[in-house]
Amino acid sequence: MTDKRQLIVFVKQVPDTKNITGDAMTPEGTVNRAALPAIFNPEDLNALELGLELKDRYGFKVIIATMGPPNAAEVLRAGLYRGADKAILITDRAFAGADTLATSYALSCCAKTLGNFDLILCGRQAIDGDTAQVGPQLAEKLNIPQVCYIEEVEKVTKNSITARRSIEGGYERLESPLPSLLTVIDANSPRPPAARKMMKYKKAKTGSELAKSLGYDNYTDSAALADEEKRLREKNLWIHEWNAEKINAKIERIGLKGSPTKVKKIESVVLTASNVVSIEPTEAGITDLIQELIKDHTLG
Amino acid sequence: MTDKIGNVWVFIEQEGGKIADVSLELVCKARDLANRLNVKAEAVILGNKISGVVDPLFHYGCDNVYLIEDPALEPFTVLPFAEVLVKLLKEHRPNILLFGATLKGRELGPRVASSMMCGLTADCTSLRIDNFDDKINKKSYTDKLMQIRPAFGGNIIATIVNTWEDPQMVTVREGVMKVSIPDTSRKGKLIKIKAEISAESKVIKVLKRISEEKDIDLKKSQIIVSGGYGVGGKANFKLIYELADALGADVGASRPAVDAGWVDHDHQVGQTGVTVRPKLYIACGISGSVQHRAGMDESSKIIAINSDPDAPILSIAHYGIVGDLNVVIPKMIKAFKAKV
Repeated sequence: MTDKRQLIVFVKQVPDTKNITGDAMTPEGTVNRAALPAIFNPEDLNALELGLELKDRYGFKVIIATMGPPNAAEVLRAGLYRGADKAILITDRAFAGADTLATSYALSCCAKTLGNFDLILCGRQAIDGDTAQVGPQLAEKLNIPQVCYIEEVEKVTKNSITARRSIEGGYERLESPLPSLLTVIDANSPRPPAARKMMKYKKAKTGSELAKSLGYDNYTDSAALADEEKRLREKNLWIHEWNAEKINAKIERIGLKGSPTKVKKIESVVLTASNVVSIEPTEAGITDLIQELIKDHTLG
Repeated sequence: MTDKIGNVWVFIEQEGGKIADVSLELVCKARDLANRLNVKAEAVILGNKISGVVDPLFHYGCDNVYLIEDPALEPFTVLPFAEVLVKLLKEHRPNILLFGATLKGRELGPRVASSMMCGLTADCTSLRIDNFDDKINKKSYTDKLMQIRPAFGGNIIATIVNTWEDPQMVTVREGVMKVSIPDTSRKGKLIKIKAEISAESKVIKVLKRISEEKDIDLKKSQIIVSGGYGVGGKANFKLIYELADALGADVGASRPAVDAGWVDHDHQVGQTGVTVRPKLYIACGISGSVQHRAGMDESSKIIAINSDPDAPILSIAHYGIVGDLNVVIPKMIKAFKAKV
């Protein structure tokens, strides 16, 4: 047992919606999701960076956790490459289809299972939904204070944190007791993966990944698996894989069932060729345009 | 038999006694929705010593205004606001609750929704009333709030419905709901409620607040000349300023131009900047990413100047000029000066 102070960074693997290139667009002008790479949500990297800074300054143990499908383990390894101490993948088919309320409930169950944390850090929002809701909802579920839009942490004492955050038209410095949840904005420079850590942690595996690598369909009772798990755990190369049962999540509050919001309709934004009036970049063309805009009182 | 549904509520945001523009936009929308549902439009405003600022809420369409004043409600911190609001919501059970999708609204809304176990849809750009057939759960709902928002980086538009208990909660993007002309003779009922704020809600302490004056507020601009990465450099950005000066316009920018440091963030139009709706928007050297278009595609008239004939901005523009902006802009200035 260690009595080291702990903080949890919750992160998300997202499709890269910011760099939609020609390849990702169908001829109809809609998005081809399959062509988009899965990335570490950008502001979650800022949250992780803040967590790692607090590790450097105060010796926090940094736990990185994500909820997602099995391949979301990739963002956990990316966290380990940068200096996280422990990684947890919250994964279960029953979590599928969760809206922000059901997601924050599942994350709160994970945090309660871990217990003993001083801080929870989240990115402000994820680029696939841009809702910025999961952080505040998670804080409410844990009944702890939230401080959103954090730029930097000034200090952490035994019982409190002092931080600077962005507000409309400026910033404010505030103090909040521990434990608190912070949502972090794009105000620090996330460190790159460390080469030495990368060499080590690229071997880090979840139980499912281990099973697959040894030719099993999934993790089962087997002496070979148990031995290998023990070896990985000793070397801190074990990515914890927690399902709904492990975190004591009530089945009616997770996934689609636990989601009050339903999607009625999804429409792709298609750029239709509208009735664009083409103006020649000549003196005559431009003069006519300006004249027309003056005439209809848009200009002048 | 159906139970009578609750009213339409707006959370009014104020800072130093000044009501946020988005809150008035939402009062106008709440009025529409309330008329459609045949219920009342009501506002809730929290702060300290602000009773003098509520009249415009009636002028823009509120029937009732709930006013809660307490020293712990100034300056804004999320916990006492959430506590007071949750108590009111449990008592009155409005059918709908609207927040502005501002920093405050997006911090407070989710905390309240989680506490109420209600759905919350973020950053809506359109709202209307319609019926909903939940085919998966085989349930039908009448007169639900259709919560329409862009998602997936603006590449899709989703219609969301909250099927659990009321209120149906949303945050609404600033600048998208039209403001009606206020009727200064219109009156309503002011209901003062005493705040009961627990010690646990007073634990966050604001040590210091610093206001940084904004260079400009593009939300109110009638004409905007915007520059993008195609402008080519900071020095060349003066062309954008020259055209804006000549036309009596304000200067906007796309994110790449802001990120490159050519112009300050206050000028940024788009998803991570401001949403604008001027009568004329001139996009110079802006390719027109979905993020940028989300902030300006409701402009009454759009002129796009771009050297790339395939730039997406050209397909939403009313007038497209394919050419070098270094040539086109001086010609526009000259043509305008000649005509005035």
